[in-house]
Amino acid sequence: MSLLRVEGLGIDFGGLRAVHDVGFSVGPGEIVSVIGPNGAGKTTLFNMISGLYLPGRGRVSLDGADVTGMEPHLLAARGLSRTFQNLQIFQAMSVLENVAAGHHLHEKGPVIADMLSLPSSRRRSRQTRDSAHALLERVGLARAAEHEAGSLSYGALKRLEIARALALEPRVLLLDEPAAGCNAVETEEIDRLVAEVAAGGVAVLLVEHDMRMVMRISSHIVVLDHGEKIAEGEPASIARNPRVIEAYLGAQAGEANDAVG
Amino acid sequence: MRLSTKAVTLLVLSLVIAVAPLFFPSTFYYRVGSLIFINGLAVTGLVILIGYAGQISLGHAGFFGIGAYACALAPAHLGLHPVLAAVLGAVLSGVVAYVVGKPILRLKGYYLAVASLGFGVLVAMVLANEAWLTGGPDGIAVADPGLRALLRGFGVDLSNAQFWYGFCGLVLVLGAWLALNLYHSPTGRALRALHGSEVAARTVGVDVARYKLNAFVISAVYASVAGSLLALQNRLVTPDMAGFMHSIEMVTMTVLGGAASVPGAILGAAILTALPQVLTVFQEYEQLMLGLVMMLVMIFMRQGLLPSLARLLRGRGG
Repeated sequence: MSLLRVEGLGIDFGGLRAVHDVGFSVGPGEIVSVIGPNGAGKTTLFNMISGLYLPGRGRVSLDGADVTGMEPHLLAARGLSRTFQNLQIFQAMSVLENVAAGHHLHEKGPVIADMLSLPSSRRRSRQTRDSAHALLERVGLARAAEHEAGSLSYGALKRLEIARALALEPRVLLLDEPAAGCNAVETEEIDRLVAEVAAGGVAVLLVEHDMRMVMRISSHIVVLDHGEKIAEGEPASIARNPRVIEAYLGAQAGEANDAVG
Repeated sequence: MRLSTKAVTLLVLSLVIAVAPLFFPSTFYYRVGSLIFINGLAVTGLVILIGYAGQISLGHAGFFGIGAYACALAPAHLGLHPVLAAVLGAVLSGVVAYVVGKPILRLKGYYLAVASLGFGVLVAMVLANEAWLTGGPDGIAVADPGLRALLRGFGVDLSNAQFWYGFCGLVLVLGAWLALNLYHSPTGRALRALHGSEVAARTVGVDVARYKLNAFVISAVYASVAGSLLALQNRLVTPDMAGFMHSIEMVTMTVLGGAASVPGAILGAAILTALPQVLTVFQEYEQLMLGLVMMLVMIFMRQGLLPSLARLLRGRGG
């Protein structure tokens, strides 16, 4: 039984086919990686699944229910959570409060109770505080809890976003390049964290450029190029797939030209 | 035990209100004080909207006007007690804010600023032109709420200026307490989160449109109560209370002191309320000064006076 299922998903921007007819599924405890050259449509795919873009075609279902085009906050209530490639941190809030905000669905209550600071409101805040602390501990940011989030390093912010996404207690977790810009040690920590989360029964969908990480932790890999799925399978078979190798080498040649120009 | 920032803020605010009269050179300053508290209350509401939720309203004087005129009209036409009329005004302002905000806040961007601007102008025009009901540009008298007489019954005899100083001060402390509670609460976190990153707030489950609407309604009620207080104290309401300049004044006070900081915004209200009262030069050039203050704040200390000063004191620079 798959928790997240994507069928024939597609979207156009103006005349451009950004994503076309992409389908796959992720079961509980599985880590499925989406790879592909820059501009292949990976983030666009994520934005459609998480409700930020309305898909032009196809279907997204969560635990059997059709959730295509559903608002992000309603998807969150159904247990879908994500991180962002270009960090989306609440800069003016403390590190702890960033994770606390991730608890929104567990801690929200009547505005009146919050304004009067009724015992019920204080209890909700206290519970959030405790579990936010535990999550920061888990991603190794406990000591930075009271710092302003804007003051953290890039690698730390990446982990902060993961902690915030986990605060939702998701059943499906979308990670958009969680290890980008991280050094080898940080990458390994994130690697371990993601594996741990999946082992807890969460369906993880991952976009990542660090191929060693992808090969190491994925149960299944989906390869996109120019918005279309060109391959899918076990890590070992993907590494040998000639179409995948061609797409990547082509892209790298293109990037080299960009750098020179 | 270490006192929380919230407790310190409320203590300092109460202390300043209680001690300031000892230094008043004349009873005129009670009047200045109560004006500061009234503006401070309206501005505290704007802190919730602008500082917490990151939304701009350029028509809050409209709600101020609804609160003020409710105190004039409801006792005359419905036979309500002026204090109940203030409650009615607050409810009405909340409902109007809900109706105006509901369709607007579904949209992303600065639509609220434009819509509220239109709303504020509309209220001011109605109040100035429907003379049969509102008394037109000359305004209309407000009945005595009888609160002072009630207090005298308990053996406390205050002058009119003293009474309003104390009463408005009390309401301001209450308003600040509610706003500070909100800041640290789950709702406050959701508001500040959507201010920080709307996309991220949505993905953690915040119903962004609903929370923005909550903030708009709450801030409208604050402005309405402030308007009622001014009406009850002045015993007269005029359309300029709801005027566009007054809306701009409130936003300027908020950003001058520090939009995200309740004590900061109250400080901003104090400065911009006291200056024209004390320096007549300022009064003549008030609009010019407001524009200048707004520009200087935006260029040199975008977080506002108090947060910038606090950073400076902590040695991290503005």
